[in-house]
Amino acid sequence: MKAKTRRNILGDALLAVLSFFFLFPIYWAVLMAFKTQADTTAWPPKFFFTPTLDNFRVVLGLGGESSGEVIAGASTSIIPALGHSLVISLGALLVSLVVGIPAAYALARYKFASRESIAFTFLSFRFAPELLVIIPLFVIFRNIRLYDTYVGMIWIYQLITLPLVVWIVRGYFEDIPLEIEEAAKVDGCNWWGTFRHVALPLAAPGIAAALLLAFIYAWNNFIFVLILGGEHTQTVTLAALNFLSSEQQVYGQMAAAVLISILPVLALALYGQRYLVRGLSLGAVKE
Amino acid sequence: MALNAQRGETVAGRPVTASPRRVNLEPLFLIAPALVVCIGILYPFGLAVFYSITNYSLTLPIIKVTGLRNYAYIFSNADFWHSTAVTLGYAVSAVAIELVLGMIVALLLDRDTLLAKVMRGLIILPLMIAPVLGTLMWKLMMDPSFGVANFLLSPFGLRNLTWGDSPYTALPTAVLIDVWIYTPFIALLLLAGLRSISPSLYEAAEVDGATPWGMFRAVTLPAIAPYLIVCTLFRMVDSLRAFDILFALTKGGPGNTLWNYQVTAYYQTITFSNVGLGSAYMVINWAIIYILSQALVSWWNGAKDRAAA
Repeated sequence: MKAKTRRNILGDALLAVLSFFFLFPIYWAVLMAFKTQADTTAWPPKFFFTPTLDNFRVVLGLGGESSGEVIAGASTSIIPALGHSLVISLGALLVSLVVGIPAAYALARYKFASRESIAFTFLSFRFAPELLVIIPLFVIFRNIRLYDTYVGMIWIYQLITLPLVVWIVRGYFEDIPLEIEEAAKVDGCNWWGTFRHVALPLAAPGIAAALLLAFIYAWNNFIFVLILGGEHTQTVTLAALNFLSSEQQVYGQMAAAVLISILPVLALALYGQRYLVRGLSLGAVKE
Repeated sequence: MALNAQRGETVAGRPVTASPRRVNLEPLFLIAPALVVCIGILYPFGLAVFYSITNYSLTLPIIKVTGLRNYAYIFSNADFWHSTAVTLGYAVSAVAIELVLGMIVALLLDRDTLLAKVMRGLIILPLMIAPVLGTLMWKLMMDPSFGVANFLLSPFGLRNLTWGDSPYTALPTAVLIDVWIYTPFIALLLLAGLRSISPSLYEAAEVDGATPWGMFRAVTLPAIAPYLIVCTLFRMVDSLRAFDILFALTKGGPGNTLWNYQVTAYYQTITFSNVGLGSAYMVINWAIIYILSQALVSWWNGAKDRAAA
């Protein structure tokens, strides 16, 4: 028993060091976001200081004072980018939901020629280097005027959201005992009724998990909007990076922009994390 | 309707399939919308393969098929071998560190202490933050003149680390950020694997007088081998096509220090307008990923059978 206690203390000490590594950057970003420009560049770095909301005011476009210093070129608000991110992520999610769930059901429940190769095609999207698809789309979008539009962005975002939805939801459909669907059919349900009233509700946790993860990945994406987006579709990831490019490095505002951008995703992740682990591996790991 | 009546009579437990001689329209109907979206992805993919055998440039009015000239140029060019070294060096070192560290974290989380319980909930956070934004968080700490990272490391004699600013430290810095973001991915998956091991296996090994290390090797490792391979597959693929961290850290710099395949293709296409050359880089990147993932998937299937046996 004593050996076990000692092992636990040793283990906790090691875990504490590793936890510090994984959590400190987030903690530090929170501190930076509440610091004045002078405090962010102080040496030694300040762990205790008088907090200010000025960074958030500037980043949210409420026109706060930048702690007495004139900071040029960094007064862009992140609000429009939040809107763009929301429209693109939810739009991509909606398309993937409508086309992906029936496909997942077909791939789980029916045997037909080339079923596995179709399933693998969806999976291969997950593994393709993004630029392989983005480079031609960059050319196509400029020709058909989809460059920097929501439609174009939602199109390319299918590359990440569709395989997630198809593969995660397919796994959940496969887990539903066939007997239940058979019983519904014996009771006179046709295939559509069985799908809608039996399979769909039973797979609801899987659909929720897929949507949660697909939203997070869509929200976090960067490379699509970097190349195919412009000022009308600029998402939070690109907007936050632009804070870096401003002439003077305004670390406090950058930290505030980062925090605002990750807040929706962190809330979702903490809320739904018990669904997330299985989804992370597209269903290859079941918990 | 006749199809449904027929299927209603099938014995419970058998797969729901129509008789093989009839053409089954339901799955086709269900899957068709997704296939339409698929075409929207597969068409550009095919176009990229085509571009890779042309001299297509955004500054030239006419596309000319030049066969394998782009590939011949790439393979004889030192830039390609530099980007190959960056791609492989980044992927192999990041995945190796993440597997070892992820295993340690998973074992530490799979205990009943208060800290382990709390961290089981919080460890997911770095993974959920956009890699670009996570990289920006690290940049907040890595300023050479007043960054908190050098402050925290100064008691260990590391005072003047240059992080992303020097060609010598830029790649290790990018790997460090990759490790920060993706070790939780591996830890969470392996934790799920550890939880699936029956306690009776450990009890049996304990009766046999196995040491903790012996138990890890004889019981834990074979049981979680499929999980380890899945982790390796996902992380290997993702780090071979890394972009976000490298771009957010230094835009690929200093110079071309961080130009892996995707960053090179980005600059070739967007900055230098060489669509053909950029596409050829991506086809090569895709081929490497494809071959590797096929190998890992068949390895995974074997490990799954062995773990189940």
